[in-house]
Amino acid sequence: MSSVIPDPIQAGLAAGWKVTDCAHLDADLTLEADVVIVGSGAGGGVTAETLALSGLRVLIVEEGALKSSKDFKMREADAYPALYQESAARKTRDKGINILQGRTVGGSTTINWTSSFRTPPITLAYWNRNHGLNGYTPEALAPWFDMMEQRLNIAPWAPPPNENNDILRRGANKLGIPTAIIPRNVNGCWNLGYCGMGCPTNAKQSMLVTTIPSALQHGATLLTRARAERLVIQGDKITQLDCVALDAAGLAPTGRRITLRARHFVLSGGAINTPALLMRSAAPDPHGLLGKRTFLHPTVISAGIFAQRVDGYAGAPQSVYSDHFLHTDPIDGPIGYKLEAPPLHPLLLSTTMAGFGEQHATLMRQFPHIQATLALLRDGFHGDAPGGSVALAGNGAPVLDYPISEFMWDGVRRAMLTMAEMQFAAGAQSVMPVHESAQQYSNWTQAQAGINALPFKLLATRVVSAHVMGGCAMSDDQRQGVTTSNGRYHGLANLSVHDGSLFPTSIGANPQLSIYAMVARLANGLAQELTGKPAARLVRG
Amino acid sequence: MKTNRRSFLKIGVAGALTLAVGGAIYRQLNPPAPPHPFMLDGDASKVLAAVIPAMLASALPSEPMARAAAVTAATVRVRDAILGLPLATQKEVQDLFGLLALGPARRLLAGVSGGWDQAQPQQVAAFLQSWRTHRIATLQVAYLAMHDLILGAWYADPSTWAAIGYPGPLKELLA
Repeated sequence: MSSVIPDPIQAGLAAGWKVTDCAHLDADLTLEADVVIVGSGAGGGVTAETLALSGLRVLIVEEGALKSSKDFKMREADAYPALYQESAARKTRDKGINILQGRTVGGSTTINWTSSFRTPPITLAYWNRNHGLNGYTPEALAPWFDMMEQRLNIAPWAPPPNENNDILRRGANKLGIPTAIIPRNVNGCWNLGYCGMGCPTNAKQSMLVTTIPSALQHGATLLTRARAERLVIQGDKITQLDCVALDAAGLAPTGRRITLRARHFVLSGGAINTPALLMRSAAPDPHGLLGKRTFLHPTVISAGIFAQRVDGYAGAPQSVYSDHFLHTDPIDGPIGYKLEAPPLHPLLLSTTMAGFGEQHATLMRQFPHIQATLALLRDGFHGDAPGGSVALAGNGAPVLDYPISEFMWDGVRRAMLTMAEMQFAAGAQSVMPVHESAQQYSNWTQAQAGINALPFKLLATRVVSAHVMGGCAMSDDQRQGVTTSNGRYHGLANLSVHDGSLFPTSIGANPQLSIYAMVARLANGLAQELTGKPAARLVRG
Repeated sequence: MKTNRRSFLKIGVAGALTLAVGGAIYRQLNPPAPPHPFMLDGDASKVLAAVIPAMLASALPSEPMARAAAVTAATVRVRDAILGLPLATQKEVQDLFGLLALGPARRLLAGVSGGWDQAQPQQVAAFLQSWRTHRIATLQVAYLAMHDLILGAWYADPSTWAAIGYPGPLKELLA
């Protein structure tokens, strides 16, 4: 295996990083650290680097494996089982929503499409007004956004958007709908288009190539293929974390157990796994809020067929967006939606497109001419969009219930109409909303009538999500949230939550930068508290 | 397996439906045990051999020998895709094929009268279409599972890319 691309992970391992692949443990393991962090994604990565640089002994537990650029071969069939929760087929309880979420070192940041937005000021204003989060203002967070944007080289994408994104821009602009360019966390991006399968050139500034290597460089320990089973609670303290080792495929426990002791524990497993771990641990939840109000930005898709080649697989996957329909109504009015374009690759496209047989085969033969637009619904700001709830299945695995109300379906219908109109405005020959009963409409009038007649319900409408948020909402009032505004778990003295589950609503934008910045602030405070000294700041390596 | 089948036939169609998604009935009949990985057994092979051509249509080659070989290859890829799923999901898929392979379920739920090996493509397509839009959510879920597994496994394979105009990833980086 020789590659032109230097692999920082392989180099670090050769240099003696403390990394244990628990799939290969031949005995049980007990370890101790100052702080144990569960999860190595956006929240865990930033926390690990901050604490390690501040002189604390950090231990990171990750359920996924440590993969790196040498493994990232841009093939969906390999990438999804290796890098995603449930092989990229994680679903809600009724199987109505498919959730794309990472399960590898770096978490979802290793496989996301690099879109990096600051938390919208209207979202923060809502938190301020309705959730008492007075410290969460654009001004208070600005230094943390600045720091993380610098750390992860986040900047608006400078090269021209690929055709898949440019069609979104042209269609919107024809209709007088403003668009803007997406900031991305990349450094020396080759503009290939395979971000979702792990960046093969290490250009994406994911946790895998930034904060995690830096933490390991500063003495942190990383355990992979270790599933956090249960926090042991005595009084108001966590005394240890019990983990099980998973086999190399990450499917079955090997029988080896891992016991981790620490002064402090940080949970960064994401909005489905973090509440589930707390539930398995019987963490205090006097007001029944744990795992409630889980948000997904439920996302619907419209496909357009164009005369010219679109080549939706090629080039930076997301570079153009429109927030127009997040601002046409008040934030707590009819549900708003953000418009973006997804990358198109054969597995994801063929499974996303509805239908089978000759119709599906014909569509797939037009693959290079297909453009897709997606709409992310901003959930959590209205009584009829209260999000879902996490529960435990018989085997202890999390399962998310996420019903969709008529209020939300109204937003889906408006979004489908918007997307079709924009695709026709950009010159589409035909448009197909991704819905089992939709036709391939050949003009806007036909599409409008067709979409208005569609029965919008789960399973008939393809609904997906790549953003899990909520379930451990912050509030300094215990009746409104299980964590404080500092991310500390109410009722437990040495437990923090540092991931998207802290959010009391959805973000209304791709959430990675919101997690980076808010967690950076929380981790900074935690480091200072644990060391009694000012915490280290993160700078670009 | 034989005993289980007889037992759940007694429960009837409603019970079998629950079983199709690995529900409570199945757990009552089977002592809890860690689920084993999916096996491409006779049941699954038989059902897939009928469903794959209906799902893929002209994506498959038309020449009979090449077509048969492609169906076999697709079956193996479906198995490989299933093996990447959580064990509990693998069990659900195994149960789905097990259910579909049963005569009564095939006739009553899928509307396919003879054996799967004698089913006409139109018959199989009609079955898929009826589950696709069925009022029972479980059957819609089962249709979607077959849709995603068969189409996803097919188009994930490099051998199918030329036909859809997909050049595949940059070869220089695959070394």
